Amino acid sequence: MSESIIKVSGLGKKYIISHEASGKYTTLRDAIGRNIKSWIGSSQRNVSREEFWALRDIYFSINRGDAVGIVGRNGAGKSTLLKVLSRITEPSHGKVEINGRIASLLEVGTGFHQELTGRENIFLNGAILGMSRAEVRAKFDEIVDFSGVETFLDTPVKRYSSGMYVRLAFAVAAHLEPEILVVDEVLAVGDAEFQKKCLGKMDDVSRNQGRTVLFVSHNISAIQQLCNKGIYLERGKLVMQGGIDEVVDRYVSEGTNNTFTKEPKGDISVTHAEIDKRVNGDLMTVTLYIRSNIQSSMPVSIDFRFYTLTQVPVGFASIGTFDYEKQVNLVHGDNKIIATVDVNTFAIGNYLLNIDVTRPNVEYYDRIEDHLSFEIVKETEENRSLQQSWNYGSVQLNATIKQVN
Amino acid sequence: MSFRIVIEPGKTRKNYWKDIWRYRELFYILSWRDIKVRYKQTTLGVLWAVLRPLLTMIVFTFVFGKVARLETTSVVPYPIIVFAGMLPWLFFANSLSEASNSLVGNERLITKVYFPRMIIPASSVITSFIDFLISFCILIVLFFFYGYAPPARICLMPLFWILAFLASFGPGLYLTALNVKYRDFRYIIPFMVQFGIFISPVGITSEQALKVIPSHLQWVYYLNPMAGVIDAFRWSIVTDAPNPFLNFPFYISMAMILLLLVLAIFQFRKMERHFADLI
Repeated sequence: MSESIIKVSGLGKKYIISHEASGKYTTLRDAIGRNIKSWIGSSQRNVSREEFWALRDIYFSINRGDAVGIVGRNGAGKSTLLKVLSRITEPSHGKVEINGRIASLLEVGTGFHQELTGRENIFLNGAILGMSRAEVRAKFDEIVDFSGVETFLDTPVKRYSSGMYVRLAFAVAAHLEPEILVVDEVLAVGDAEFQKKCLGKMDDVSRNQGRTVLFVSHNISAIQQLCNKGIYLERGKLVMQGGIDEVVDRYVSEGTNNTFTKEPKGDISVTHAEIDKRVNGDLMTVTLYIRSNIQSSMPVSIDFRFYTLTQVPVGFASIGTFDYEKQVNLVHGDNKIIATVDVNTFAIGNYLLNIDVTRPNVEYYDRIEDHLSFEIVKETEENRSLQQSWNYGSVQLNATIKQVN
Repeated sequence: MSFRIVIEPGKTRKNYWKDIWRYRELFYILSWRDIKVRYKQTTLGVLWAVLRPLLTMIVFTFVFGKVARLETTSVVPYPIIVFAGMLPWLFFANSLSEASNSLVGNERLITKVYFPRMIIPASSVITSFIDFLISFCILIVLFFFYGYAPPARICLMPLFWILAFLASFGPGLYLTALNVKYRDFRYIIPFMVQFGIFISPVGITSEQALKVIPSHLQWVYYLNPMAGVIDAFRWSIVTDAPNPFLNFPFYISMAMILLLLVLAIFQFRKMERHFADLI
């Protein structure tokens, strides 16, 4: 089982960003124009070119039968890595060795054609994903069954509802049988019920059929549920590879922490912030050290913006923005402020906290963004509480009834 | 290990042609998709394939035969002579425009799935070939209309189909690759096609054209690969057309077909690695 099926060494992918061109492609007119300019001698090019390393110095290897979750924030290079592994784009450096048939699912329904019927699209999409016609034919009934659209098989997919479309598309993909399956954030589509079905199918693929799966998702709980190994990328670099739980722990806590310190800059700046690492129940405490270089006392608002780790906004709390009477008066020099926020309605899970110090509707003095994180736990409660990982949102509302008989 | 891939920058893959063979099913199915969609989407699809060559032929016959009064010594009706040249030319023209837009039109496939990219322009040339076959039926109708019996060498025609296919695929592939990088090529292609119809022996035969070209420059006329293809076509249909195989410049055309094909494949393979980033 410890045989390596994918070996990546020194992998790098560089993009050249040209700040002159508006689009990614050039026109012949531009190219000729540039050449003529350089012939004439006015070699002054106002093109600023910038190298951008989407991936750099990546080394890892994956064993046969592993289910590997790739985590990282937006722009960390996850999708680029998958594209290189699935041979869609060429690396600029390094080497990848793959010992097996690889199929990639970077999008659900790639190549589906609106004018063609469901049946025709199954064959088309199957071929695009690398299945032979015989293979598709053999699994046709299973695919149709999984998708649950058998009554519309001979209807052009342009008449499908978006749900049906996604179900059919995933059904085809789910019946791929490569040795290595590469999956990008495709579970973000479809309803909760279907997502569960898809996760189950993927679990079956990796656990019971012993295939190797590479899985990118922002849904940390799905990754934890599905994968046994993890890879953590940050800004194109490999931060760590290991067991999924360690990797997720590191990912969730890294970059963000429950404290943050920075150098003062500008008139008013936050020099240090500290929040509870784990909030059990209702109240979380935020301690802020704010330096003011303004001689007189200065009223400011402090806003707390809450997000999930995947940057979905969850809630907002403020001291002073809604009610100017409650603004904080900062004195010259260092101020220490302790705020309390009621997070009782938050679901169990991890959150980011961004803090703004502002004069409402006038200016931002300082903000702390993507640095602070905390976890909501509800250990004392006997009742079950909402968990973020259920995908029902991050706020648990209170509901009461009055039974009328 | 049955299956092994090594990905390295700048390396042309050793199993490139093997890969194309392995993806042949995708090639069939993409061609089938293009054909199906083409004739499904436009109810006029088939009619269009009939009308376009027919109307062009009528105009050309009128302009060259009646207005310009280009006399032929041929006993074959002029419309048939024109049509025999029109068929391969329209195939060529369609292939160029279809192929050059094919990659850009399949952007989602290119950025989301790996397969040898050459499949896409190739399958679009196949679609044009179906149009070509439909137009071919008109030729047969013309035979009956004029009560004309083609020579027995019309049986060689499928050979010239392959020739026309190769002649179209080369430039088509080249333009496809360029069109991904330089998007304004799509404005150049219709112009090339329009221009080309007049420097190719479409409305007139190549003997008529060569009459006005000094003999030491006649080889230039045959740098156009379609000149040779059209000559061959016409020879297989028109009883008293000269045999192109006895005409030395014809081989220049053949050499050009081969040269363009090789160049195009080379260029395409060079650029194909960056398609996903460029498109």
